[in-house]
Amino acid sequence: MQSLVYILPEIFLFIVATVLLVTGLFLKKIKLINLLAIFSLLVAVFLILNQPFQSAFLNSFVVDEFSLVLKVMILIGSIASLIMFVSSKDDLNINIYEFPILIIFSTIGMMVMVSANDLLAMFIGLELQSLSLYVLAALNRNSLLSSEAGIKYFILGALSSGLLLFGISYIYGFSGNTNFNLIAVNINPESLGLIIGIVFVLAGLAFKVSAVPFHMWTPDVYQGAPTPITGFFALAPKIAAMGLLVRFLFNSFGEIYIDWQQIIFFISIASMMLAAFAAIAQTNLKRLMAYSSIGHIGYALIGVACFTDEGLRSLLIYLMIYLIMNIAVFAFLLSLKRNDGYFENISDLSGMHKNHPLRTMLIALIMFSLAGIPPLAGFFGKFYIFVAAIESEMLFLAIIGVVASVISAFYYLRIVKIMYFDEPKEEFDGSSIQSLNLLYYPSSILIIIFFIYPSPVINISEYAIQSII
Amino acid sequence: MAHSIILLPLIGFLISCSLSFFKSNKFIDRAAEIITSLFITITAIFSFYIFIDNIGDPSFVSIKLFNWISSGSFNADWSIYLDTATRVMLVVITSVSALVHIYSVGYMSHDDSKPRFMGYLSLFTFAMLMLVTADNFLQLFFGWEGVGLASYLLIGFWYKKPTANAAAIKAFIVNRIGDFGLALGIFTIFIVFGSIEYQTVFNNVTSFKNVNFNFLGIELHALTLICIFLFIGAMGKSAQLFLHTWLPDAMEGPTPVSALIHAATMVTAGVFLVVRCSPLFDLAPVALDFVVLIGASTAFFAATVGLVQNDIKRVIAYSTCSQLGYMFVAAGLGAYGAAMFHLFTHAFFKALLFLGAGSVIHAVHEEQDMRKMGGISNFVPITQLMMIIGTISLMGFPFTSGYYSKDAIIETAYLSNSNFADYAYILLTVGVVMTSFYSWRLMFLVFNGKTRMAEEDLSKVHESSSVMLIPLIILAIGALFFGFLFKNYFIGYYSDVFWNGSIVVHHEDHHSIPLLIYYLPAILGIAGFIIAWFMYIRKSDMAKNIAELNKPLYNFLLNKWYFDELYNSIFVKPAMAIGQIFWKFIDGLIIDGYGPNGIAALVSRISIKAKQVQSGFIYHYAFAILIGLSIIITFIIFRF
Repeated sequence: MQSLVYILPEIFLFIVATVLLVTGLFLKKIKLINLLAIFSLLVAVFLILNQPFQSAFLNSFVVDEFSLVLKVMILIGSIASLIMFVSSKDDLNINIYEFPILIIFSTIGMMVMVSANDLLAMFIGLELQSLSLYVLAALNRNSLLSSEAGIKYFILGALSSGLLLFGISYIYGFSGNTNFNLIAVNINPESLGLIIGIVFVLAGLAFKVSAVPFHMWTPDVYQGAPTPITGFFALAPKIAAMGLLVRFLFNSFGEIYIDWQQIIFFISIASMMLAAFAAIAQTNLKRLMAYSSIGHIGYALIGVACFTDEGLRSLLIYLMIYLIMNIAVFAFLLSLKRNDGYFENISDLSGMHKNHPLRTMLIALIMFSLAGIPPLAGFFGKFYIFVAAIESEMLFLAIIGVVASVISAFYYLRIVKIMYFDEPKEEFDGSSIQSLNLLYYPSSILIIIFFIYPSPVINISEYAIQSII
Repeated sequence: MAHSIILLPLIGFLISCSLSFFKSNKFIDRAAEIITSLFITITAIFSFYIFIDNIGDPSFVSIKLFNWISSGSFNADWSIYLDTATRVMLVVITSVSALVHIYSVGYMSHDDSKPRFMGYLSLFTFAMLMLVTADNFLQLFFGWEGVGLASYLLIGFWYKKPTANAAAIKAFIVNRIGDFGLALGIFTIFIVFGSIEYQTVFNNVTSFKNVNFNFLGIELHALTLICIFLFIGAMGKSAQLFLHTWLPDAMEGPTPVSALIHAATMVTAGVFLVVRCSPLFDLAPVALDFVVLIGASTAFFAATVGLVQNDIKRVIAYSTCSQLGYMFVAAGLGAYGAAMFHLFTHAFFKALLFLGAGSVIHAVHEEQDMRKMGGISNFVPITQLMMIIGTISLMGFPFTSGYYSKDAIIETAYLSNSNFADYAYILLTVGVVMTSFYSWRLMFLVFNGKTRMAEEDLSKVHESSSVMLIPLIILAIGALFFGFLFKNYFIGYYSDVFWNGSIVVHHEDHHSIPLLIYYLPAILGIAGFIIAWFMYIRKSDMAKNIAELNKPLYNFLLNKWYFDELYNSIFVKPAMAIGQIFWKFIDGLIIDGYGPNGIAALVSRISIKAKQVQSGFIYHYAFAILIGLSIIITFIIFRF
């Protein structure tokens, strides 16, 4: 019974989701339900901040600094996508009250993921998260693309879950434990089976963070899913899966890091390079953002591959900056609306500087930040990562990272060029984006002022990693 | 007072250039004109006061404004160095500049970017004042480059004219060669003397008299090397032979600019530099010989070319070039006072001639070709009178300003024992005839004879407005009387007191000159006038006949001794060819081809491939996952 207190935020959200689900059946007030959902997520943030650090359920569920920071980040991502949903639900044909509820369920799954300290807890969290996401991807039943995205994501997700489970069984078989700490104690470095188990689990997790070569679903799902959901895909699950990956590797297999380091190394390079090259040929902004997120995950994985304090800290800084930048980008995508229609091709941006100077300037800044141009936040994210790589003597990773970010600068800057120098098109609507401004301006300002006052971000990441290392 | 002399032009420039960013209207134009002209006029009055004040009671003041660079033993200040040489230059610069500012109000009245023009003029004046008030070589260099910049901006003022842009670039590049020499000279001074401050250098010059300096592996007399470097700088700025080609082209700029920059002030900066460094030059006889040789050759060369030019401004430009040669001869023969004196008088009569020419050009509707003028004397009487005054002063007619200064130079050449004195004397004397001839040829072609203008154009010829004529009259006073007024100070009995040690003064016995030699320049000047009169008034087809008879010589002179063509084939074309190789082949083909462009092409090819992999078929995706997994597992197993 005592253990239930430690999962209070999760229980609270679960109750809220169930109540909302029942309420929604009788009360078709989507806006109200959505507002309640946002409110309860905020309450969850409050609960998380006030939780004692403890482990529960026979040490299979831990509440520590690391999980606290990641959970808050996940909740911020969820809230952001709920705000996006408000602004666009009528026009995107997703006027369904289940949306906020599914988001909450998925969020609960992710919160379990980052707290999981046991292979089975990990799997439960992962599946709760994934099942909600499958439905979300296919939420717009009238759209062929959306349905296709949902099906693809579901089938491939099932495959990856199978791989993951297979890996879990190997690990259990060769170590005799499912608890991360106990695995670490009973580890046998000579065991090949254990390492094969790690590879399979990593494949399943890499699928969730969409790292190459397990990324193939990403562009199709990003493009097919309604934009608020794409935004959610880009924000919360990435962070949760990264957190889980870190805890899984660092807590249970820290001793044999030499073996898994190679795999992360390979996945990281493949993600950075493929994203840089493939994104150049894209014409759809959401597909482009899919490759962009693949690339960013590649950079973040450098931080994991380092297996140092420095690397872990830079990974967290990177994730925080990534979260902020993506909130801004997806808010921007949703503001590309004219007469009830949304635009998501790069060519639609042409000359928008003329009609929307402020919005264009901000998005140009965000693009510069994504490309990693100083003094914006994106530059520092990459900078810390590369410094960490150099300090742990992974020079090759740093060099590939720099090369990839030079190549990827091309497609970010092309957007800026198109917005500023091409023939202007019709004006976009200005009225529907009022709620988006809540996301738009704060995130842009954070990106711009980061270099003046970076210490909060650094301190938070410093705080978070103390429970891992 | 000294501070405001420096600062007022700068403030005028800043205000005027800020105004030029606004949309041009009558009020803004007028404000820019009044502010700049007023400021420069005030500086001119101050300068005159400082100059006159100095005559009775010579004093030397050096005001340190603030430290500029202080690094180890290297020290350079911003300062105002007021000795007599500076005071003379201040009068020349500010008075001509003030008159040109006022004149420009009338001359540029139809232009639509007046604030910019007035601003540039003030910028030039500021830079020129920085140059002459420097107390070290670095500030001098700052001013030197500043006037180069202003000259560039003003020559290319009408930037829509391709010829103006070409001329501006040419002036800039040719000057750059000279500036390189000057910079080397300053470097050498610092290495040899350990300082670039005038007082340190000039006071210690005797102790470095016999020092040698290793330049490119050759042991050379340090002072000679320094002086030749400095003189190369002077050659560029003062358009001396071999580096003169930019000056005639610079006439593309508006005429007030030609009067201010390319006649009275900037081009004399080279002379000023040599005179300023007279303590150095005086101990470097080889360098002095070089100065005489170049100066005399330029004086002769430019005069010959001036004989046959048809563009009114180019004739005066070559005349300037030639007169600068006279000044360098004087400086090279050790008569620094005479050089400064000629600089002083020349500024007035040459500015007068240029502004007069501007008035003529204005009257005949922007026509500069003298072959399309003629017979307009009745329409522009005041302009003609003023230009006659300028001309007689230039030809050295007795008791005008030019008479005193030019005679002094020729007499010095006659008396001097320098190696090239005889050479200089002959060339300069011949130059006197030619000077007089081309000046009067210009006058006759423009004002007298039968008109060669179209009937309707002729009827529209009109005298310029008083805002343009009053500066002419003031300059005419200078051109007539300043020689007589100041000759005793610059070169006569009071010269020792007057110069007060700011330049080296040598004394010569001018009484030993034979009477014929003494009057020869004046006689030759009048002879030139008579020849011109005979050829262009009396028998107006004679000039054409002579040109026909001596076709090769005529063409040789008309094409300016083929200097431009020569430079074109020696320097420009090979440089262009090398540039083409570097650009097209090395940069374009190799660096771009394998560098940016090659990689970019490769990237786009890879990205298309990467896009194709994304087929949309779910079994391809599953296959990628399984293949990726298999590769990793294979790798792990082999590594294990």
